[in-house]
Amino acid sequence: MFRILLLLGITMVAALPAAAGVSVFACEPEWAALAQEVGGDLIDAKSATTAQQDPHKIQARPSLIARMRKADLVICTGAGLEAGWLPLLLRRANNPSVQPGKAGYLEAATTVALLDRPRRLDRAEGDVHAKGNPHIQTSPHNLTVVAKVIADRLSMIDPENVSRYQANLDDFLSRWQSAIERWEQTAKPLRGMKVVAQHSSWVYLNQWLGLEQMATIEPKPGVPPGSGHLARLVDQMQQQPVQVIIRAAYQDDAGAEWLSDRTDIPVVVLPFTVGGSEVTTDLFGLFDDTIQKLLASAR
Amino acid sequence: MLVRKLVLVLCAVTGSAVSAAETSELDLLRAELEEIRHTYESSIEALEERIRQLESSARAPVAVADTASPAVPVAQEKPSDFNPAIGVVLVGTATDFSPDNDFAVPGFMIDEEAGPGEDGFSVGESELNAKVNIDDRFFGNFTLAVADEDGSTEVELEEAWFETLTLPHGLQLRGGRFFSGIGYRNQFHRHADDFVDRPLPYRVFMNGQYIDDGVQVRWLAPTEQYLEFGAEWLRGAGFPAGGAGRDGKGAWSLFARSGGDIGSSHSWQAGLSWLSARAEGRESGNGDSFDGDVGLALLDGVWKWAPNGNPSSNNLKLEGGLFWQNQDGLFTPGGGGVLAYDDDQHGGYLEGIYQFKPHWRAGVRYAWLDTDDPGAAFSGTSLDTLGVSPKIYSVTLDWSHSEFSRLRLQYSRDESNIDAVDRWYLQYLMSLGAHGAHRF
Repeated sequence: MFRILLLLGITMVAALPAAAGVSVFACEPEWAALAQEVGGDLIDAKSATTAQQDPHKIQARPSLIARMRKADLVICTGAGLEAGWLPLLLRRANNPSVQPGKAGYLEAATTVALLDRPRRLDRAEGDVHAKGNPHIQTSPHNLTVVAKVIADRLSMIDPENVSRYQANLDDFLSRWQSAIERWEQTAKPLRGMKVVAQHSSWVYLNQWLGLEQMATIEPKPGVPPGSGHLARLVDQMQQQPVQVIIRAAYQDDAGAEWLSDRTDIPVVVLPFTVGGSEVTTDLFGLFDDTIQKLLASAR
Repeated sequence: MLVRKLVLVLCAVTGSAVSAAETSELDLLRAELEEIRHTYESSIEALEERIRQLESSARAPVAVADTASPAVPVAQEKPSDFNPAIGVVLVGTATDFSPDNDFAVPGFMIDEEAGPGEDGFSVGESELNAKVNIDDRFFGNFTLAVADEDGSTEVELEEAWFETLTLPHGLQLRGGRFFSGIGYRNQFHRHADDFVDRPLPYRVFMNGQYIDDGVQVRWLAPTEQYLEFGAEWLRGAGFPAGGAGRDGKGAWSLFARSGGDIGSSHSWQAGLSWLSARAEGRESGNGDSFDGDVGLALLDGVWKWAPNGNPSSNNLKLEGGLFWQNQDGLFTPGGGGVLAYDDDQHGGYLEGIYQFKPHWRAGVRYAWLDTDDPGAAFSGTSLDTLGVSPKIYSVTLDWSHSEFSRLRLQYSRDESNIDAVDRWYLQYLMSLGAHGAHRF
């Protein structure tokens, strides 16, 4: 028995793939995409989740444990978004260099100011996040800040290539800055647009572009709507008309579709993160597509 | 911003002055205003340039701290600031068994917790857990569990262990009292199970859960595919070991586990485990006792499906295990005498749980046991099979309002003894405090 296990172990170690630069374990697709912008071909970034998955509801799957074991840098949102699976992964991955406090561990939400910090911390309020709303990737300004921190971390982990990370960062930030200016121009008609969202997924986008979120379909964060809440929403939407109902690709469509049928207000599925729609292959595409979909529905 | 404000103020002033003032005066003011704006804009540009410079110099890697947060007054440190994450799980069960016999599985030596649960109302399996990083090298975990046994309530030390955080080469060491790493389900707390009671082979071969004191070392291979190996050296006090034989080092185990994803919708894990345990004066059921060596092998697997890996609406989980046990030693029946015993026993279970709509899951399970017949010398003892091939069929339906609360109803047709028993369970599971871990 023991001999079989040992033999198996030896075969697996012999079959190790050659190391390819800095290995980045991102909890969400936006951080993998951002790290790829800064790291270029010096890094190999993979996301633990896809745009079709709810980042709250992931399990510490075997594949994730194996991937984190070999990671040089872990980039997650933090602020409690991954509370159910990230701490367990960190303990099971047996990787000292990505433990909290090390250069190899980065929580993006610690680098920006969070909105919607709950006044009352109580699970009766639903799936609340004590530190504030964690969906920071919906504002490009937040990504600017995080990109700089990622460049710092990559420089610490791989000091030989500091200048290349810096050059990549400068290149990205200049393209990003002009894109932000372009987005702010094209999104001007969205200012004051009234929306109903499935979940408070876009508070940073709302703040950036001046959208007004009138209500959420979830009565409380993470709590699916009951019929009473939906009926009240219909009433509210008849008194204070909104232009569009928004939800992310991974979110349940039942409530949004029901509301749309009753009120004739269109539902728009926003990408929310990289991979959330067919054209959203990178971070630029994420905001291009988000703004275009909102503009199309505003017409 | 400042410039714009200034311009607005000046406009207001000039605007009100228009009626009274001469045109030349207005031109003069305009010129002055233009000059002010120019001065401001150039100084703002200079300031922006300085900010850019400072930012790029601050970007140079100096320290890990990434939050250059502005100085804000901080609250005074409290002695409780470093308290561990505390979690409480409240479990309550109401059962109805008919006919309500004493639990026994003919042909098998079993321990106290192999039963199907308490009759009637009970809060057994409720627990209090505390866990936190001890320092930069160690993590600690402590769990007290409530056990309702034969009408009395006892608080048991279920887990008390530390583990390392920073061993190199993918190694991890755990020491203390812990759930043995053998078997997929053995590492779960009871409240994380999909059925009220553990599968029959777990109950019979491992007394529900094999918990013991000792050390465990695990090695995670640096491979694309998840591959983990572990070994344990244990006291040998918990069933199927017993009596802390071999000077309190009476059991050891080996296990290996692998797993991965297939596409984004499927993931799996499979494991192989071996336990070698010394039993000394290990009592079971009706006063029988056993001294000898126990070997237990487990092969198990779990497969999970969720559309695109998003379990919110629908998901499916299949789990199963095969058990093989050999017990070699001396069997002392309650009635006296000593019998040499060396036989194999087997068992297995297969279960499936399907979430058919948000909040709602339904599941089925089949579990069975099989044993060599030790012969006529053992008639009347717990090893007498009485011609029974034990099996249990179970169905369950549960409703979870949130991740933290669950209610469930279970029915089992228990054919593990001569008379079949209908078992009904109604149970609540409430999780308070620290966010529980989403184990695979």
